[in-house]
Amino acid sequence: MIDFFFLIPIAIALGIAGLGAFMWSLRSGQYEDLDGASERILFDEDKPKS
Amino acid sequence: MSCCAAEQKSIAAPVRHAGDEMLLASRALPGGLHQTSLSVPAIHCGGCVQRIERTLAALPNVETARVNLSTKRASVTWKGSEPPPLLASLKGIGFDAHLHDAEPEAGDPGLSEMIRALAVAGFAASNIMLLSVSVWSGASAETRDLFHWLSAAIALPTLAYSGRIFFRSAWRALRHGRTNMDVPITIGVLLAFGLSLYETVNRGPHAYFDASVSLLFFLLIGRTLDYVMRDRARVAVKGLARLAARGAYAISADGTERYLPIQEIAPGMLLRVSPGDRIPVDGVIAAGKSDLDCSLISGESAPRAAAAGDTLRAGMLNLTGPLTMSATAAAKDSFLADMLRMMEAAESGRSRYRRISDRASRLYAPVVHLAAFLTFLGWMAASGDMHRAITIAVAVLIITCPCALGLAVPMVQVVAARRLFERGIMVKDGGGLERLAEIDSVLFDKTGTLTTGHPQLANNDIDPETLALAAGIAAHSRHPYSRALAASTSRKQSIAPDAVAEHAGNGVEAKIGNDLFRLGRPAWALAAKTATPESTSVVLSKNGVLLASFEFTDRLRRDAIEAIAQLKKQGLSVEILSGDRNRPAQQIADALGLPYLAELTPAGKTARIAALQAEGKKALMVGDGLNDAPALAAAHTSMAPATAADVGRNAADLVFLHESLLAVPEAIAIARNANSLVRQNLLLSVAYNAIAMPVAIAGFVTPLVAAIAMSVSSLIVIVNALRLRGRKKSESKQMPARAARTVEAGSAG
Repeated sequence: MIDFFFLIPIAIALGIAGLGAFMWSLRSGQYEDLDGASERILFDEDKPKS
Repeated sequence: MSCCAAEQKSIAAPVRHAGDEMLLASRALPGGLHQTSLSVPAIHCGGCVQRIERTLAALPNVETARVNLSTKRASVTWKGSEPPPLLASLKGIGFDAHLHDAEPEAGDPGLSEMIRALAVAGFAASNIMLLSVSVWSGASAETRDLFHWLSAAIALPTLAYSGRIFFRSAWRALRHGRTNMDVPITIGVLLAFGLSLYETVNRGPHAYFDASVSLLFFLLIGRTLDYVMRDRARVAVKGLARLAARGAYAISADGTERYLPIQEIAPGMLLRVSPGDRIPVDGVIAAGKSDLDCSLISGESAPRAAAAGDTLRAGMLNLTGPLTMSATAAAKDSFLADMLRMMEAAESGRSRYRRISDRASRLYAPVVHLAAFLTFLGWMAASGDMHRAITIAVAVLIITCPCALGLAVPMVQVVAARRLFERGIMVKDGGGLERLAEIDSVLFDKTGTLTTGHPQLANNDIDPETLALAAGIAAHSRHPYSRALAASTSRKQSIAPDAVAEHAGNGVEAKIGNDLFRLGRPAWALAAKTATPESTSVVLSKNGVLLASFEFTDRLRRDAIEAIAQLKKQGLSVEILSGDRNRPAQQIADALGLPYLAELTPAGKTARIAALQAEGKKALMVGDGLNDAPALAAAHTSMAPATAADVGRNAADLVFLHESLLAVPEAIAIARNANSLVRQNLLLSVAYNAIAMPVAIAGFVTPLVAAIAMSVSSLIVIVNALRLRGRKKSESKQMPARAARTVEAGSAG
């Protein structure tokens, strides 16, 4: 029973961390161009010239 | 942001105009930067992305250029007061681009709310499921109670956060005395949670927290997909060419010109309209002579000559000479606004259409609620155990909750929309797709829909030498006939630009040696009254003597004949509704072998649709002009090419981007396909309920059984929907080639 006091909070914290990571990636616009992302990985020059 | 920055500089008018328009459409960023959004419909692969980004980034003053392949848009940030020549340099590498309203940084709030709700529901569903599996695999009493409490602690905030999308909609429906799909969902989810909480408090063995939350999760998937589909089409359609002018040069009393946004133009203002621009508002020509392209307004294919005193309507295209016009109406009172009013009147018929999922849920909700209630009464009567009766009744509600039903329709429609998108066809919403599958007749507009709206040289009996001369002269004019002449031969006699003078409304004049050549209207080009055939609209003369006469026809849109044949094969009746004069309409109708009605007013087109509806027919209207807009709104469903007027495109349920008319039969085939899959999915859901409901009523459903049944039924529905994607795979492989051809055609023309 004592294991639960460690394991369950850890499990839920990991889940929340995953949720937080998804929220962050959503907010930083990583899902805005899914078709483009699959093509961009093939580009030689990664950074667009500024 | 100032629109007058470019005014002091004396740059050629069209360039200055483009710059001002771009400045008006861009968004100021901190640090003197501007962001401009361009819509580039021809982007279709990674190669295009790279080429466009490189070309744009190499321009002076451009800070960054980023292409979004999904929305086919390029976002450019630049500094300085003068916009870089973005459109011209894209044109140079073969991409037609249009300005797009720069959107604010934050995306669509509705969509991100839904995705966040979906993420939270997914997190909660997986964690509660994890805890539930331990319970099902035989956790002892204390552990089970702990896990139930933990589940309740996760489920409560999730219901509050993710569930509100359904609660809100259900409440809105109930308040207006209606019921929708969200009412049984809300009741099911809340009852399941309430019962589970009661069980947890009383240390009962069964809790349905997992069912309650995973229901939300599955239903949110369906809801989000539906939303994404509509959003994607909306963005794509919005990003197309803006045919209505964004602004115009107003001439003030002291003679200076100012570029004004269209909303600020008031009646009485004097406006300058350069060749190549659209007339911004209704008005009268104050000075100048030109030819006008009225194809979007009336469907007339032949350009019309105009001079001082003639009335102008918003949306006409000024072709040859600069015009000074006096505005007689503000933009909101112009011809366009009349069309909008007619559309609103016409649209009432379509709003009566109920989506298939709404119809299904209207039948479904009362049946389920009644079944649950009867189960409760039955168990009360049989056992007298209130707690047991409630538990079983709630289990009936949970297991019949329209999980599969909520996914059955949107899944198929999203896959269908995706397939259409790959073919360059945008669907506004799922309802349009459902209606498209039901149609039994197709009505085509002529100019701009069946034809490209670009004239083509019809007679091929002209002496090559003469043709080369005519093409050489024509190359100096923007008139559609001149362009058609110039494009008709590769042998062009080169003529120095200063030898050529364009007489707006009449034609082009060229001095070669001592001879004066005129290309244009017979009455102007020919000295004496020489008899010319009636169909002749353009002649070439040398010192007033006829050299050659030219006839033009409107070119059929690519694959028009094949598309019509396919439509007939699909069992549809096809006819033409044209606003053009009888003769050109008849020519096209004969070429395609179709019945036609010509010289129709916008009201005449809607009347024809109403007549068909009265016969019980469901018509698809395909059209592009402003004059088609009311008909597009009135028809059972409608399609418009990407080149259509803004209003027409907004009225249409589907918009096709490529030139080929095959988009119409393709869209109908996919819609019919999707419709049969939707029906299959609904049948599967009914079959599932027919099996699950008796089991639940008999009291055999435990949380484990409910979880398995719901997941399996959802999976079956999803897999069935994905079958649509697998069909005719080879067909979709031709698409890149076709898109590339369109690009070539675009840059050549």
